[in-house]
Amino acid sequence: MSFISFRTQKRKRIDKKLPPHSAWGHYRVRRGPDGTAHSTSFAELGKTLVRVDDVTLAYEGREVISSLSFEIPRGAYVSVIGENGTGKSTLLGAILGLKRVRRGKIELCDLKRREIGFLAQQNEESESFPATVYEVVLTGCLSRSSCGPFITKRARDIAFANMEKVGITSLSGRSCDALSGGQRQRVMLARALCSASKLLVLDEAVTGVDSKTVADIYSLVESLNAGGMTVLSVTHDISAAVRYSSHILRLSSDGYFFGTVKDYLALDEAAVYRKTDVTDKNAKEPYGDSGFRYKGGAV
Amino acid sequence: MMLALSLDLYSVAQRFGRIGEYFQYSFVRNALIASMLVALCAAILGVFLVLKRYSALSDGLSHVAFGAAALSAAFGALDTWLVLPFTVVAAVLILKTSPERRAMGDAVIATVSVGALAIGYTVMSLRGGESNLGGDVCTALFGSAEILAIDTVQLVAVSVMTLILVALVCIFRYRLLSVTYDDKFARATGGHAGAYEVAIAVVAAVVIVVGMKLAGALLISALAIFPALCAMRLTRSFGRVLLLSSVFGVASAIVGVLLSILLGSPVGATVAAVDIVVYGVVSLLKR
Repeated sequence: MSFISFRTQKRKRIDKKLPPHSAWGHYRVRRGPDGTAHSTSFAELGKTLVRVDDVTLAYEGREVISSLSFEIPRGAYVSVIGENGTGKSTLLGAILGLKRVRRGKIELCDLKRREIGFLAQQNEESESFPATVYEVVLTGCLSRSSCGPFITKRARDIAFANMEKVGITSLSGRSCDALSGGQRQRVMLARALCSASKLLVLDEAVTGVDSKTVADIYSLVESLNAGGMTVLSVTHDISAAVRYSSHILRLSSDGYFFGTVKDYLALDEAAVYRKTDVTDKNAKEPYGDSGFRYKGGAV
Repeated sequence: MMLALSLDLYSVAQRFGRIGEYFQYSFVRNALIASMLVALCAAILGVFLVLKRYSALSDGLSHVAFGAAALSAAFGALDTWLVLPFTVVAAVLILKTSPERRAMGDAVIATVSVGALAIGYTVMSLRGGESNLGGDVCTALFGSAEILAIDTVQLVAVSVMTLILVALVCIFRYRLLSVTYDDKFARATGGHAGAYEVAIAVVAAVVIVVGMKLAGALLISALAIFPALCAMRLTRSFGRVLLLSSVFGVASAIVGVLLSILLGSPVGATVAAVDIVVYGVVSLLKR
């Protein structure tokens, strides 16, 4: 892991004094009055956190991404969009170190693996696993305690704090397989939050989840991002991506786009999403926190 | 027929009355302790084998261990120290050959285990002309009364192995849970998932080789998997599953060893049979 450069001692000492998640508060993303993220210039966001340099990736032997380059700035909210099969999840896997990179280099700049949190798409596989909610959330805290295998008091506190945050404290003793899909995704989010101190990676995290949980996940991730957490999210929900992100990476079979949300909305293909942008002052928010809002009319 | 059965029952009852006498012999006590320890190791291991879908791996490994045992028996004494490294290497090889293609894992296990069986038996037949071939094969596959002949050195070795395993599982239980529950997450967030997987496979190999002395190659998987399945029926917390599985494993071992003394049946098979009966009862009660 020689490519990871370490910061100076001074910076580390500053980090310790600050509570978790607000350590990078000075790289705050600028927001409009309604809380929507503005497109932000590189200079404000600070240094690069992840550098993807001329990367070629293959899925099942087939090249899905070729010569892709982009940089995730610290504090950014990057949404990766594109149709199925364009290599979104493969790219995520490569950044997370789960997939081999065929060509090129993915560099984590001043970012250790254990500072990453990962929330995957709902999967049925682990459904019948005998473990309580608390036990599962605690596994997210393991990456924090670099010194030895023991569970420290601090790890327990972090686990409980994050369970509180996603609203699953009352479920802590329950078995994971007795939960609904939405509840389980909250558990997975709490686990991801436990391990994420610099980068939170979401892989279609809201697919197949009930609308209340979707809204909660979005608002929680938004507030974390506002506190300085870098977010990398693969999603099919483009209107949400446009609303919450600072940057968009659009993958497709005939070329890539990477830029700020503003630049993305200027593209012809993004015309349909423009009305949800803050530039249209008169537009009501299409999605409230409680899901769809209907305009009057008898039911 | 009825008379024979009742006579048989009578002699069993008679032996039951003298069960205290059996425990005056140190070799019986040693055998009971060794069986409990092996069953404890197997039961703890079984939780991970079942949850990681490695049950086939453990079965494959036991075939490899049989092959290795056959080879070492053909060239001299059946020696654990010869069988152990062979099985450990096979465990790591099976695990590492197809990490990307899990569907092929099955085929790899089948090839390795059948290959080891074939080669082992062939070599055994070629070299073992002078000795009791059938008896040797039967011993390696189904275990033997060899557990009664366990000496103090072996008993100490088994105790130390059990102690180390229990200590490691206690200390690393959340790490092991992390890797077992979601190895993708563990790997992405800097947990050394690969290392833990290899560790589980190596421990599986060690427990299987040691357990062969008790239950034989074919039956050791039963000692590992049934207690774990029982525990999972009864509780849904990982910590309690580990604890209950150990309790079931040890209890079945005690009952099995006592029964085998009373009935004069092979130790390993009796313990495995008790495990199966317990599993049957538990799954009837908790459907």
